[in-house]
Amino acid sequence: MTTETGTIVNIDLKKIREDFPILKKQVNGKPLIYFDNGATAQKPKAVIEAITKYYSEQNSNIHRGVHTLSREITVEYEHAREKIQKHINARYVHEIIFTKGTTDGINLVAHCFGKLYIQEGDEILLTEMEHHSNIIPWQLLCEEKKAKLKVIPINDKGELILDELDQLISSKTKLIALTHISNTLGTINPVKAIVAKAHRKNIPVLVDGAQAIPHTKVDVRDLDCDFYVFSGHKVFGPTGVGILYGKEKWLNAFPPYQGGGGIIKTVTFEKTEYAESPLKFEAGTPHIEGGIGLAVALDYINEIGLEHIHIYETELLQYATNQLTAIPGLRIIGTAKEKASVISFIVEGIHPFDMGLILDKLGIAVRTGHHCTQPLMQHFGIPGTIRASFAFYNTKEEIDVFTEGIKKAISMLR
Amino acid sequence: MSITEIENEIVEEFSLFDDWMAKYEYLIDIGKSLPLIDAKYKTEDYLIKGCQSQVWLQADFKEGKIVYTADSDAIITKGIISLLVRVMSGHSPEEIMKADLSFIDRIGLKENLSPTRANGLVSMIKQMKLFALALSGKTE
Repeated sequence: MTTETGTIVNIDLKKIREDFPILKKQVNGKPLIYFDNGATAQKPKAVIEAITKYYSEQNSNIHRGVHTLSREITVEYEHAREKIQKHINARYVHEIIFTKGTTDGINLVAHCFGKLYIQEGDEILLTEMEHHSNIIPWQLLCEEKKAKLKVIPINDKGELILDELDQLISSKTKLIALTHISNTLGTINPVKAIVAKAHRKNIPVLVDGAQAIPHTKVDVRDLDCDFYVFSGHKVFGPTGVGILYGKEKWLNAFPPYQGGGGIIKTVTFEKTEYAESPLKFEAGTPHIEGGIGLAVALDYINEIGLEHIHIYETELLQYATNQLTAIPGLRIIGTAKEKASVISFIVEGIHPFDMGLILDKLGIAVRTGHHCTQPLMQHFGIPGTIRASFAFYNTKEEIDVFTEGIKKAISMLR
Repeated sequence: MSITEIENEIVEEFSLFDDWMAKYEYLIDIGKSLPLIDAKYKTEDYLIKGCQSQVWLQADFKEGKIVYTADSDAIITKGIISLLVRVMSGHSPEEIMKADLSFIDRIGLKENLSPTRANGLVSMIKQMKLFALALSGKTE
């Protein structure tokens, strides 16, 4: 297809929508319009089939048995890890750790990094647009170690004020943790530049990639970040699985996060000798079909091509922004120059919750509320927003229905 | 009228509406029309925090009956609150504790009571019953 800007994009919408069974669903008697991709993305048949195949043909525990099923599934699970390594261009496969999700990955780093390197009076630098998941683990660590959280502020467009970064970084700064793309505003942060600046002062950087991974090509070596975390379910994969990428030097230094089976070389009651990364961090039986399904999801988006996805989603964002801006009383929250396909907005005199209820009745799934970014809501002085977040299977026709839905809700609620 | 009778009355009223739109328009109307609580009670002390919308609840005990007033910042929530107040207010603590409030399901508004923490309604009903529990056995 050719977009309005004349770019040729290989997005076969009809075929893609066929790949996602849930998109055929009716909700409240209306065809489902799923604009809550920022919360979780829908799953293509390939992922669903991989999970079904695992349970019907492959189920066995990994890394343990000598029997055929166990050997085969171990190979497939480790192959999934390699695919994930290649997808984000990590140097080594042992830099890829399977977690429960983004939150779990951040907690792992906060725990292990904190244990080794954070002392009283030290500082951890976050941004004003962080999800609670990238605030609370650091807050807990700071409380425990009597360390301090500092925050990079944003401007009213929802962009980081980078001029303040130099003053915020001090000799006490031990780590910077920031989101790649804001879940509420859609802002794409200049992560590479921030990492470069931090590294000049030997400060490691953790990047929360939960929102970035479905929208952009992530290259951890190019970004040069020390840690990169994301969830499977936001990138069209299974729930309950995620990835922590960590540079080898950190992972080698880290102690185990949780104790359990699978993380050891030898155990006596006197002492345990631990395995190397990644097994050191993967105590207990993992989410086997989750890891396999995640690799299938990445294969799926790579087949479409992230560059095509990016162009198409930008087109959707532009289209929706134009449509919504034309509605009187509607204000878009988050107008950064670099933005992913996420639109947050409020309508004068209307509570986001009421709007969400009416849109739901029209079959439109959006998120309303503070999106687990209360400090950000405080910045804008609002209790919450209505958020539409698009994926490559969404269409302009759906945006038209959405726009009409908003207008209808306004006429009912005013 | 007993709590069950008022519930049945509301169910009958709602049976006149043929679709969700009409129901919601009615809820929005009653939500808009009346101030449900004295402004002096719209403080932190009377607030039941929902994840998205907020609810204020206040209770008086007069002649063996509890009288509730409540409010919300979201209009549809406020409409449902006014139904709840209509059902629960003016009854004895014992009656209130026993109320099953099945009318909410019967008029097709169950989705508003989902345990999403979103609108504070579930907590509000719990709080209404806690008031009743605390006052049960008292005459004044």
